[in-house]
Amino acid sequence: MHPAYSVILFTTASGTGYGLLAFAALFSLLGRLPGDAWFLGGLVALALALIAGGLLSSTFHLGRPERAWRAFSQWRTSWLSREGVLACLSFPVALGFAAGRIFGLAGTAGLAVATIAISIATVATTAMIYASLRPIRHWHHPLVPLGYVVFAGQAGAAWLQMWQALWGRADPMVTAAAVLLPAVGLIVKLAYWRAVDTGRAASTAETATGLGRFGRVRPLDPPHTSANYLLNEMGYRVARRHAAKLRGYALALAFVVPSMLSAVALVGSPGLAATAAVVAAAAMSLGLVVERWLFFAEARHSVTLYYDAQPV
Amino acid sequence: MTSLPSTTTGVALGLAIDLDSCVGCHACAVACKEWNSGGHAAPLTDLDPYGAAPNGVWFNRIHSYEAGEGGDGLTVHFPRSCLHCAEPACVTVCPTGASYKRGEDGIVLVDESMCIGCKLCSWACPYGAREFDQAEGVMKKCTLCVDRIYNENLPEAERIPACVSVCPTKSRHFGDFNDPDSSVSRLTAGRGGYDLMPEMGYRPTNKYLPPRRQAPVAGALPPVEAEPAPASGFLRWLDRILSR
Ligand code: SF4
Ligand code: SF4
Repeated sequence: MHPAYSVILFTTASGTGYGLLAFAALFSLLGRLPGDAWFLGGLVALALALIAGGLLSSTFHLGRPERAWRAFSQWRTSWLSREGVLACLSFPVALGFAAGRIFGLAGTAGLAVATIAISIATVATTAMIYASLRPIRHWHHPLVPLGYVVFAGQAGAAWLQMWQALWGRADPMVTAAAVLLPAVGLIVKLAYWRAVDTGRAASTAETATGLGRFGRVRPLDPPHTSANYLLNEMGYRVARRHAAKLRGYALALAFVVPSMLSAVALVGSPGLAATAAVVAAAAMSLGLVVERWLFFAEARHSVTLYYDAQPV
Repeated sequence: MTSLPSTTTGVALGLAIDLDSCVGCHACAVACKEWNSGGHAAPLTDLDPYGAAPNGVWFNRIHSYEAGEGGDGLTVHFPRSCLHCAEPACVTVCPTGASYKRGEDGIVLVDESMCIGCKLCSWACPYGAREFDQAEGVMKKCTLCVDRIYNENLPEAERIPACVSVCPTKSRHFGDFNDPDSSVSRLTAGRGGYDLMPEMGYRPTNKYLPPRRQAPVAGALPPVEAEPAPASGFLRWLDRILSR
């Protein structure tokens, strides 16, 4: 599938924002974050800015962005619509939680729980947009929604550790999350790659044409001589050796390096730990962009069977 | 609404496409382009139409395949267009309600005035039946010529999809698959018409009629190359002259 930068940026930025929001609410509930207006207000504002930036970026992918409001209407059937509705609802919920915490209002705990729930749900619905598509084997897999949620969580933990470091604070529980979640993410990603590399699509050129009864099916004449929408959008292929190299970068940058850098907080001086936390968050975000690029570029759509008859 | 219609008349309009007689002439694709350039989904934009890499919206694409090996192999021409599926995920994924399936005849359409061009429906179609119009920013697809088949301004004989009306080998048949006595139902039953990618679970309405196996021709002439050259006399001389 064509890796559109607007969609890669949307899913990674909003995932990070929701991870940050969920952890801000969780650690507030546990009484481990100050309810200071600048610290907590800034943290929630940063998270909402990442989410809003991601949503805005996703509208660049639309042919008719001025009609984007229509996308809120079909939540009964469409995961994309559900994602839009939840994303919009998450703003008042998160702002309510932040205001309640800063001004010490009653009912803040309930809003914190709601913030955690809507953050996880929104990321999961984003993933379901992809995971619900049967023609794309690499996406139609249970590890896809799990991965989206875990990667959003690890990014949120890394960014929270960075935010704390910038304020000269540190918390062993945040550090633990920032160290351990990338390890979980690594396992999920490796399991996902194993599953898609060894799995096979039920659909082949033979089932796509119904001509398998005569033997192997090979394309003879193409229907058109230059590219079309289908080939540009769904015929994208990344060379195998490039993919292998990029998988290595993604593993190192998104999981291994940030986990190790976050652990510096356990041993290093506060200044060193703060620097390490900033680098960890930056490396992870870069790594997750590479991971998301591959998520699109390595996915194959069943329509390509009609064109090149290669397994999807 | 992108929910599938809850009340239907049961009518399931679609095409039966005969792969045995299709000669791959692309007449149906051209007629489709011509009609729809002025019809319900008009225009079907072409980018760089006279340049080196023309790229445009077509609802019907004609592939050609080889199936099987050697003397048993077949060359098959294969028109590919929207199958107006009974379980079209292209419709249910649409966030805006632009994509819909009609309860009265099962035709799957796009209301372009509501489409935001998110392209999700084209990802959800296993068959590549939807093409995005880059110039207009909206999704387009086969309408089963909804603007012909009910069009009272046309003579009754022309109230069929454009592709069906032009096919020179009568390889495309239009009708109601829900009516067991319709021509398309009888053809499908008689010829073993089948679904494309049934494993996807979209339950296409359109059916493909398989190519018939050609029986080997008894007493067929041997290949020309195998013919021995005339051995002597006038014929040998003539053969040498002609072989020069
Ligand atoms: S062929 Fe594709 S576009 Fe047509 S109804 Fe089926 S899924 Fe939808
Ligand atoms: S491109 Fe248009 S018709 Fe297709 S899913 Fe998006 S809004 Fe619906």
